[in-house]
Amino acid sequence: MPSKYLIFLGCAIPYRVSAYEISARKVLTKLGVELVEMPEFNCCGLPLDPVSHETMLILAAKNLALAEQQGLNILTLCPGCAGTLKKVNKILKEDKALKEQINSHLKEAGLEFKGTIETKHLLQVLKEDVGIEKIKASVVKPLTMLKVAEHNGCHILRPKEYIGFDDPEDPQSLKMLIEATGATCLDYIDETECCGAPSVGVSDKVALQLARDKLNHVKMVDAQALITICPFCHIMYDTNELRIEKMFNETYGIPILHYPQLLGLAMGMTPEELAFNELRVNASKILKQVTEGVLKQ
Amino acid sequence: MTETVSNNSGKEPIKASELDPKFKYELLKMHGSEKILKCFQCGTCTSDCPVARYSDSYRPRTLIHMAQLGLRDRVLKSDTLWLCAACFTCTDRCPQDVEVASVIRVFRNLAAENGCIPQVFKEQAASLLESGYAYKIPELRIKKRESQGLPPLPKGNAENVRKTLKGVKFIETVQKPAGEQPNAQ
Ligand code: SF4
Ligand code: SF4
Repeated sequence: MPSKYLIFLGCAIPYRVSAYEISARKVLTKLGVELVEMPEFNCCGLPLDPVSHETMLILAAKNLALAEQQGLNILTLCPGCAGTLKKVNKILKEDKALKEQINSHLKEAGLEFKGTIETKHLLQVLKEDVGIEKIKASVVKPLTMLKVAEHNGCHILRPKEYIGFDDPEDPQSLKMLIEATGATCLDYIDETECCGAPSVGVSDKVALQLARDKLNHVKMVDAQALITICPFCHIMYDTNELRIEKMFNETYGIPILHYPQLLGLAMGMTPEELAFNELRVNASKILKQVTEGVLKQ
Repeated sequence: MTETVSNNSGKEPIKASELDPKFKYELLKMHGSEKILKCFQCGTCTSDCPVARYSDSYRPRTLIHMAQLGLRDRVLKSDTLWLCAACFTCTDRCPQDVEVASVIRVFRNLAAENGCIPQVFKEQAASLLESGYAYKIPELRIKKRESQGLPPLPKGNAENVRKTLKGVKFIETVQKPAGEQPNAQ
């Protein structure tokens, strides 16, 4: 059972989602997963795939080659990075000619892709390596007073051919991990739909409507928080909730938590330790409930 | 609000002179669009596309049909091409296994080679070549890491990034001064 990983941060997390990194590192350490820092890395490649598939392949392969030098598997917090590294690893291992072509680029930096390591997202490490039982056992403060909803996001689920981890039409892993904290995870319609983040900057109108749909569906079932495992989905909801409320004259008041923040609370960590202060949508209501251990009225 | 998208895919009648019979064969050879001819126009991709729900003009099925017909320019110059959120719902649900999202990506790559590159991507490419990261990480964030109890950020090693990307057509295009880029958008 591997419990030592190279942590691959990607660009979005150090750019503006530090609460996710802080909370993830804390819970992983407490669960006995050792994280080794990458001495060097670059963008996984995904952001540039729409304009240049070749650029994406080279960037991803370069990261994989760097990790291979360390002889460790990669753990990412971003599903986009995980999906890209998994996909490119598979494509290059299966297509010799393409591998040679990409390696001719890597050679310029003294690197070579061999295909000797694997990549997993945080969710997969928690579910498969740590295991639900161990997570349950780490809970000292069951969050039985909370009813929340999950948002997996696209790249942890699709395309199935490359990710092959959970059922993209009816994913269960995040739900199980949420319930392991003692909280109830509510079902709602269109759970696996896109948050809209990739359309930001091209058409904010389309992007915000998608996020609004999601918030509406989550509100319909009276969820007290939405739990994410992706920096982009988190930015999309947390940063834009107030904007959407204003734009459509609606109120949601739904805090958006990174899954490790929820788990950390159940493990007895404080909101300060878990960087709750970084969230834009105020989470004080549910934090108060957690502290006082009372059910929502 | 950013709204760079207009509907120019064109409801104009198709002229025979617009059709490029070779386009589909080119697509068959490209990584990602190898299966485009398997599309039988069922419409699953469009009906399940979250973007199509809120856009009057973005329709993945239509783009694929236009490409099959050989409407190269209409496909590659369509602004709506850039609306796809790459959610891969269409890819997973297409009954013909067309890998729709990858086909859309091939269209975008070809459009980019012709110089149609939305500003967001130009900025990301610039940041990548300068720092190794797709976004410019603010100095403040980098410094703040220590007080947040986080280890220093790994080196982006932009020099090595530039070395490995040498000869990539897209990178050469974005590095040219704006005036020299073909039909800059
Ligand atoms: S779902 Fe597949 S077969 Fe159906 S229209 Fe879309 S690409 Fe064609
Ligand atoms: S990948 Fe693009 S075209 Fe396909 S369903 Fe998602 S947004 Fe629509």
